Amino acid sequence: MSTSMLATLNCVLQREVKLAARRLPDVMTTLFFFVIVVSLFPLGVSPETGILRTIAPGVVWVAALLASMLALGRLFGEDYRDGTLEQLLLAPQPLSLLVLIKILSHWLVTGAPLVLMSPLLGLQFGLQGEALGVLVVTLLLGTPALSLVGAVGAALTLGLRGGGVLLSLLILPLYVPVLIFGAGAVEAVASGLGASGHISLLAAFSVLALCGAPWVTAAALRISLD
Amino acid sequence: MLKAHQLTAVRGDRRLFTQLSFSVAAGELLYVRGVNGSGKTTLLRMLAGLTQPAEGGIQWDGRPIGVNDDRFCGDVFYLGHRAAIKDDLDAVENLGFSATLAGQSISRAVARKALSAMGLSDHDDLPARVLSQGQRRRVALARLLNSEARLWILDEPFTALDTVAIDHLQASIHEHLGRGGVVVLTTHQRVEFDSVASRELQVGRI
Repeated sequence: MSTSMLATLNCVLQREVKLAARRLPDVMTTLFFFVIVVSLFPLGVSPETGILRTIAPGVVWVAALLASMLALGRLFGEDYRDGTLEQLLLAPQPLSLLVLIKILSHWLVTGAPLVLMSPLLGLQFGLQGEALGVLVVTLLLGTPALSLVGAVGAALTLGLRGGGVLLSLLILPLYVPVLIFGAGAVEAVASGLGASGHISLLAAFSVLALCGAPWVTAAALRISLD
Repeated sequence: MLKAHQLTAVRGDRRLFTQLSFSVAAGELLYVRGVNGSGKTTLLRMLAGLTQPAEGGIQWDGRPIGVNDDRFCGDVFYLGHRAAIKDDLDAVENLGFSATLAGQSISRAVARKALSAMGLSDHDDLPARVLSQGQRRRVALARLLNSEARLWILDEPFTALDTVAIDHLQASIHEHLGRGGVVVLTTHQRVEFDSVASRELQVGRI
């Protein structure tokens, strides 16, 4: 019995989510890291609402970048060690599609919780109304781009010693546009300007990453496994 | 069916083997021999399309192989040192996933049947983490029972298996060859393949 491509992709997605559900502590670490990093700033900088409100977008976004990078090691690392990646390469389906599904499931278990948690953290920093909404929207648009771009780095550094540090050096500069437009949108709203320009650019960057990253990641995986 | 032409493998700055040419016909078994580090695994990975040869080429059914080639990928079953078993999934889930990924989804009932044929009927609902090395190997090999792949590439398939499982695997290989399939394998164990058409390939220095 031959399986359609959709069924295979669905199967990969279900398995990734199932694996994440059985390893909940692993998944929760990313979220707690995010919450703790953000919560450190009021303690370290100043508890004054005015200052907090100013730094809020930048702090939440930088914490989201770091948290999503922290989770990247798990994207391919385990599949590489136990041989699943070899089987993914040998599957009759296009590798870039399988990679896209893996990135999607990775975002579902690491990126989406950050988005859901962000309004709470925004409130903690005194963000209100529209600014809070824009923070959530930008994270929703931007975190998939973080996973997509990060996947390229994760694939390139697979199996290297000290790959984690190398990964940050490789990927963090590429995260800069997401940070600028993401945090910029929230600041623009807070200072009374419209956020639509920033949001459009952020969405454009995400679409670009969606179109390019799976193919580049697939090529990088082939090189890493050669 | 499977043809290799003047293959050369380079790992780092070492040449593992050079100018290796051979062909395997339908229903034949290729037994790759060689000491540790002679390049057997590299050769098998090349035949599966995972590693690119430094020189030379490989043909399957008269067409050069490539990992982008859907038809070739649907034809090959590769079992490496790492068995692609997830610790957190049970045997049925592991088997079901690897079969679906290879392009043929099997029901839970079929998976259970294959696992019990491999002697795992009592353990198929346990997470793979608690299985022994040999049992994990059996889960990986259970996929062969329902595989439609014509080319089996098995890297040390007998490792960690007990005698019953070895006999079982040998029977599967015989059956596959009888259907006109091709098997390429390496092993350091003393396994006899007298009754099948087999050829031996020596890799590296003797």
